Parts: sequence; structure tokens; C-alpha cells
Amino acid sequence: MHKYIAKRLLLILPTLLGAAVLVFFLLRAIPGDVCEVRLAGSGLYVDEAEIELCREKLGLAKPLIVQFWDFITGYVVWDLGDSMWTGKPVTEEIGLRFKLSLQVALMATLVAVVIAIPLGAISAIKQDTWIDYVVRSFSIAGIAMPSFWLGILIILGLLIGTQHFLGTPWMPPIEYVSPFKDLASNMAQLIWPAVATGYRYSAVATRMTRSALLEVLREDYIRTARAKGMTEKIIINRHALKNAMLPVFTIIGIEFAFLMGGLVVTEQVFNLNGIGKLFVESVQAQDFAMTQQLVMLVVLIAVVTNFVVDLVYAWLDPRIRYA
Amino acid sequence: MATLLQVRNLTTQFFTSSGTVRAVDNITFDVDEGETVAVVGESGCGKSVSALSILRLVPWPPGKIVGGSINFMGQDLLEMSNDDIRRVRGREISMVFQEPMTSLNPVLSIGLQLTETMQHHLGLSPAQALKRAAELLEMVGISEPKRRLAQFPHHLSGGMRQRVMIAVALSCEPKLIIADEPTTALDVTIQAQILELMKDLTKRLGVALVVITHNLGVVARYADRVNVMYAGKIIEMGSAQQIYHQPHHPYTLGLLASVPRMDQPRGTRLIPIDGQPPDLTRLDGGCAFRPRCRFAVDRCAQEFPPLENIDSGHVSACWRVKEINELKNAS
Ligand SMILES: Nc1ncnc2c1ncn2[C@@H]1O[C@H](COP(=O)(O)OP(=O)(O)OP(=O)(O)O)[C@@H](O)[C@H]1O
Ligand SMILES: [Mg+2]
Repeated sequence: MHKYIAKRLLLILPTLLGAAVLVFFLLRAIPGDVCEVRLAGSGLYVDEAEIELCREKLGLAKPLIVQFWDFITGYVVWDLGDSMWTGKPVTEEIGLRFKLSLQVALMATLVAVVIAIPLGAISAIKQDTWIDYVVRSFSIAGIAMPSFWLGILIILGLLIGTQHFLGTPWMPPIEYVSPFKDLASNMAQLIWPAVATGYRYSAVATRMTRSALLEVLREDYIRTARAKGMTEKIIINRHALKNAMLPVFTIIGIEFAFLMGGLVVTEQVFNLNGIGKLFVESVQAQDFAMTQQLVMLVVLIAVVTNFVVDLVYAWLDPRIRYA
Repeated sequence: MATLLQVRNLTTQFFTSSGTVRAVDNITFDVDEGETVAVVGESGCGKSVSALSILRLVPWPPGKIVGGSINFMGQDLLEMSNDDIRRVRGREISMVFQEPMTSLNPVLSIGLQLTETMQHHLGLSPAQALKRAAELLEMVGISEPKRRLAQFPHHLSGGMRQRVMIAVALSCEPKLIIADEPTTALDVTIQAQILELMKDLTKRLGVALVVITHNLGVVARYADRVNVMYAGKIIEMGSAQQIYHQPHHPYTLGLLASVPRMDQPRGTRLIPIDGQPPDLTRLDGGCAFRPRCRFAVDRCAQEFPPLENIDSGHVSACWRVKEINELKNAS
């Protein structure tokens, strides 16, 4: 077990390093940079020397390899640089949005897991009954419907509904407040995007739970459990679900990592100041310093999520635990 | 000995897109207390399905028991409620399956898989169940039972897993164990050990055993009685002695000629049965063995022969059962 964890942990570093090399050089392979965007973006004539000066100031004039060295060593001394657009420290800019995105992702995951595992299980147990058909329609719809579109529907529903019942339209608050400070207002803002994204998420996980459980229920050891006179409840809970959960947790992990960086449009719809929005802005501004750290953050989240999923695997499956 | 299990006209079919599979067709047999009955026949002749039918474990869909009765200790298993049949499974009648590699749950410890039946059926406390589990492992010849209880199936070899399955089957002191090809997946030296163990334990504990196999040679040593199945039907039934030394059905003759025997000189030629077993979706009213039978006559195509009495407890379903001895010697 310890060997397994150690092996997984050791794999994280090279993965991150590989990602760092890729993102650093790919960003700079695209023509243009933040100075051109800022100075030439207005369409007016700009002095070439002025751009050079800007580059000098932001460190873009240094040889690439030196810039890369600064980028990497930045992690050692925990100096991730300043945004090339706003000039504020990257950590501060990301920190502002990270809380919000993390909370939405966690809430969506919670929604998904709480819905998906029981629903998928019931659907598998009652295969080909009306319950199964309802659940399958629910999850097909969830997969077919883009989250942002559901988001728009939710917003419209809120506006029309409150207009109808309260007389005045109500919109979720736009300002993020910490849930520890004002839970009600925090929830009023974030519950909607969590539901909008959680629906699709739970649809994917429900389908996975259903098909994995159906597969497991055909295994020989389930027949053994039946022959031993175990009740259906014990067969599902003790003998089947544990085996069926492996692929489900993989899906949950992948989706979670996606939620942390990929909610660009949904954030737009709900007017949330999250990681996705920051991503788009920094790419548009060719803000290398910001973009590369955002990419690294998303990579880190993906890697850590994978690691957690691997731990869950080991916890569920002794064949991995003792390998 | 009193009769423990009476199977009467049991019929199980699978309703598939390519037709109705008549997997078990009107079979009737008894199992007495403490005796060992072997069920033999080629692959696909309905041995497993008949075993699963006894505990109502045939998966629906597509499989369904469509007729017959199974009397076990005065009760019809086919008429019982689901809750009642669950109290028979693993408690009064246990099963050992063919595939030791896949029949144990890979994510649950040996200890849990052994104790859960005892806790469930006998109401033992976890501590009592664990103690008895260790004794059971010892009994089936597994060393260091305490340590094994904490291990998982992948830690054990195939033979050891089958010993665990036997321990599970014995754990609630059932009246009957049904073993579906318990040794087919194991290598030859282990096969003998496992069969020896099962024979020894069932005799010692007075448990009746139905052992399914397609190796008639193996059976003679372990069984009291033998049921020979072909295409979903029992076509010959008798004591192991009778089946082994006076087989009366052409199919049984064929089976015996196709396996090596202890009572014949080494080097005796083995003769496989020509042809393939029939497709169980396309059976007609005649004897299903006739396309492969050396002795077939016109009548075999028209009517299925009834089980004819030959000797006490020895029956065979063949139109030419009276002449079979002359026919056998002539050919
Ligand atoms: N789930 C199923 N669906 C459809 N047909 C089935 C199913 N299970 C078994 N059958 C059919 O029932 C017949 C009897 O199968 P069974 O498994 O009892 O054979 P067997 O005698 O145990 O053979 P083997 O020696 O290979 O184990 C076969 O023709 C098989 O195709
Ligand atoms: Mg079989």
C-alpha cells in the first residue's frame, strides 16, 4: 500500500514538469504578446521602442530559457510572478476566483454523487421497468443538455417565477461572499450554477453507475452470494456496489477536474467571477504569466484528483492495495 | 435411507431471441440423505441449469422453471416464497461452483465471505462466526486459518479458493451440497485432492452431495448413484456399479468408451462419440441421441423412449434397451 502511494506520488512531479514545458513554450509559440495587445490593440500608431520598453519591463525580452528558468524556480521560492495585464500578483488574482470555482465544483460534485449513485443503482436493479426508463431519460437529457443552456433556463425561470409570485424579478447576487460569513447569500448565488453543472455531471455518473452495476450483477460471485441465501439488499450493498464503484469514481474525478477549469460559458451565464472567466481574459490579453499559472493550476487539480481516485481504488479493491 | 430431495418432472427453459432452449426437460430423480449422486453428461446438456433450478437460481430473463416439483424435506422448493427459499439457500442446501477464480468476491475478505452466511442463517455473533470460520478452514485443509481469514481471494491459488468455497458450503451444516464441476477448472493433481476432500467431509458429516461432472471416469470412485443426462433429459440412472459395469444406454456406452478406465488394461483404445450434441432449441419428439447412435432404428425418430426398468434402481431410456447387450457384443 505504501509502495503504491509512493509510486503514485512520484509520478506527479514529472507530470507537472512536462505540463510546465508544454504550456510555457506553446504559449510563446503563438505570435504576439501582452505588450502588443495592450499598446497596439487600440489601433493607434505605437512606437516600436515603446513596445520594447514594455517587454523589457515585463521580462519578455530575456532569452526564453532564462524566462523558463524563472518560471520553474518561481515554484521553489513561491513567487509565481505578477499578472502582465493588471500587474497584481498572480496568486492574488487566482486566489480571488479559486474559492468560488472550488465551491461550485464541490457543490456540483455533491449534487452529482448524492443523486447518481442511488439513482444508477435503482435503475440497474429495476432494469427495464418504468423506474429504469425514467432514470435513463433523466440522464440522457442531462447529457444532451449543455450546462450553460440549463443555466440560462434557470435564470429565466428565476426571473419569471419571482416576477410572477413576488411582483418584482429577483436575480441571484453577483458579489461573492464567503459561505462562512453569509451562508444564505452565498448559497443564493452559487446553488444555481451548482445545479446547472451538477445535473449533467450526475447524468454521466448515473449512467456509469447503472452500467457498472449491471455488469457486476452478472458476475459469478454474485451468483455465489445468491446461492448463499443473502438478501438482495446485502447482495447489492456488500457484494456488488463496491465492485461497481471503481469506474464511477473515475468519472467523478474526471468531471471534477473539468469543473475546476472548464466552466467558461456557465460562469458567463451566471456572471460569476471564476477561474474560467479569468482564463479567457488572460488568454485574450496574452497574459503569459497568468495563463501559464492557470494551466498549471488546472493540471495540478487534475493530477491531485487522479491521485485521490487512485487512493479510493486502493481502498475499494484489495488487489490494488496489496499489489 | 430416507429420501432427502425428490425432483419430479423438472423442466427449465430459456426464452431467447433464437428460440426456446429446452435446457432441462422433464427430469425426475431422488437424492437420499447422506448419499452422493453424480450427474454426468457432455457440455451443454443441462447439468448446471438443473442444479441452479433446484435452488431457483436460474437467471430470469431469459431462464424460467416452467414445470415440475422439487420436494425437499417435505416442502416444495418451487412453491416457496422468496424469503423462504433464501432460508434454504446456503443453510439447508449449498452450492459449490465450477470457477473458483471468479466465484469468490475479489473485494471482500475470505473471513467475511465465510462468516456472513453463519451470521445470516445461524445468528452467530461476529466473534463466534470468526472462530468457526477458522475451524472450517482448518477442516478443509487450509494452513494458518487465522491469517487466511484476513486475506483476499487473489492471495489464494485456485485449489485453495475451491477449498474456501467448500468451507462456505459446509459452514451452516447443510443437508445437501450441490457441486457443479467443482474440479474442472483445477489441474489434475489438485482435482483428486478436492474430490477426496469432498467425499471425506460429506461422508463424515452425513451431508448428501450432488456432484456434476462430465468425467464419468472420475465419478465411479466417489458416487453412490449416477444420473446420465443428454440434451436436457436423464437418459440413464442407476448405482455407480450398474452404470459403470452394466451401462444400458448407447450414450452411456459411448461416454464410458471415451474416457480411460481403471478397470481396463492401459492402452485400451479410447473412442470419442461422433458428432455434436443437438441444438436445444430444435428438438423434435424423437430420441435426441439418435443422429449419433450406432443402434438407432426408425422408431427412435418418432417417439421419445420412456425410462425402462432394468434392475432395481437402474433405468434407461432406449427403445432397444433389451437388446443392448447383444448389440454391444456384436459390434
Ligand atoms: N443464460 C442462458 N441463456 C440462454 N441459454 C442458456 C443460458 N444458460 C444456459 N443456457 C443453455 O442451456 C443449456 C444447458 O446449459 P448448462 O449450462 O446446464 O450445460 P452444462 O451441462 O452445465 O454444460 P457444461 O458442462 O458446459 O457446464 C445449454 O444449451 C445452454 O446454451
Ligand atoms: Mg455447467
